[in-house]
Amino acid sequence: MLEQYISIFIKAVFVENMALGFFLGMCTFLAVSKQVKTSIGLGIAVIVVQTITVPANNLIYVYLLKPGALAWTGNPDLASMDLSFLGLISYIGVIAAMVQILEMTLDKFFPALYGALGIFLPLITVNCAILGGSLFMVERDYNFSESVVFGLGTGVGWALAIMALAGIREKLTYSDIPEGLRGLGITFITVGLMSLGFLAFSGIQL
Amino acid sequence: MSSIKETLFDPVFKNNPIALQILGICSALAVTTKMEAVIVMSLAVIFVMGFSSLIVSLIRNYVPSSIRIIVQMTVIASMVILADQILKAFVYDISKGISVYVGLIITNCIVMGRAEGYAMKNGPFMSVLDGIGNGFGYSLVLIFVGVLREVFGSGKFFGYSVLPLTSEGGWYQGNGLMLLAPSAFFLIGVFIWILRTFKPDQVEKD
Repeated sequence: MLEQYISIFIKAVFVENMALGFFLGMCTFLAVSKQVKTSIGLGIAVIVVQTITVPANNLIYVYLLKPGALAWTGNPDLASMDLSFLGLISYIGVIAAMVQILEMTLDKFFPALYGALGIFLPLITVNCAILGGSLFMVERDYNFSESVVFGLGTGVGWALAIMALAGIREKLTYSDIPEGLRGLGITFITVGLMSLGFLAFSGIQL
Repeated sequence: MSSIKETLFDPVFKNNPIALQILGICSALAVTTKMEAVIVMSLAVIFVMGFSSLIVSLIRNYVPSSIRIIVQMTVIASMVILADQILKAFVYDISKGISVYVGLIITNCIVMGRAEGYAMKNGPFMSVLDGIGNGFGYSLVLIFVGVLREVFGSGKFFGYSVLPLTSEGGWYQGNGLMLLAPSAFFLIGVFIWILRTFKPDQVEKD
């Protein structure tokens, strides 16, 4: 039982890394990775939001949207309904709401943390890694506890990738790069090489 | 007249959303191993961009600015659901292949960025043109990457064999790397390099 969770976790962090394997959350990944410090802040924010939203969306999918999910209401008309086409709009709504709630909670109870993460939280709503996590969870049919582990794993994997990239980019400022490649171009090449490195994990048998 | 042309074609080369504004990269990379998927994805993005720009522009004077983000999000999500359902109905196989990435058009920053940056300030007609123009700019990069990946990776173009593979009795040894994630990063890096060599004003200074 435990093995299965560990395998989901390791897979989400390394083998199927959201950023380097599935290209999710690239916009923020490239835009906010200029400094290690800010990237750590964003990484932590993503872990927190991902761990909350994936299980929340799991509950919504299982109890509201899945074909036949409304059977618990006892009404035969509702029980035969398939609302899964509403998935996208409900997940994004949940994510936006969760981010908002998290922002307010942090502001009220943990002002120091809010100061550090504050500016990143709104960015997370449009981070495709978050929505992607929920969509993969639905596609792979995870149950509730699996989705908690999966959410945590994808968050950690994404955070790991952005911190590593920020470290490399900080060092890159000292190198002499061809003019047209400066900035965005070389960042892409760097991410490509990192992604090549992460491919090595795909050989792991779990 | 000239401003119509500019609105429509500027985003293609001069102000390319992917190469210059770093927007919407996630899906650009993931779906590009096959040309079929590239074309379908591009059409979906152009469709979503055109219509969401139109709707956002039409309602822009009635939306209080404090809730504009969530309104835009809802409009975009509805358009994406529409596109997703159409794809599922008519090209089921391809839509299965690009699975979650159609859903991820919602968090594709291009759509959101244009809705916020252009459609909120301009009339419906120009907004549609701007949306479609940016959709084209996005498609251009996708097609560039897609052609190279499919031709050199599997020796095919739209599924037809152009470079006969050694495994099928031909002479071309398929480049496996092209089919894997990292090649997309390298190709986009190179694309940016080429674009900036011809348009030196796009080179980043720092």
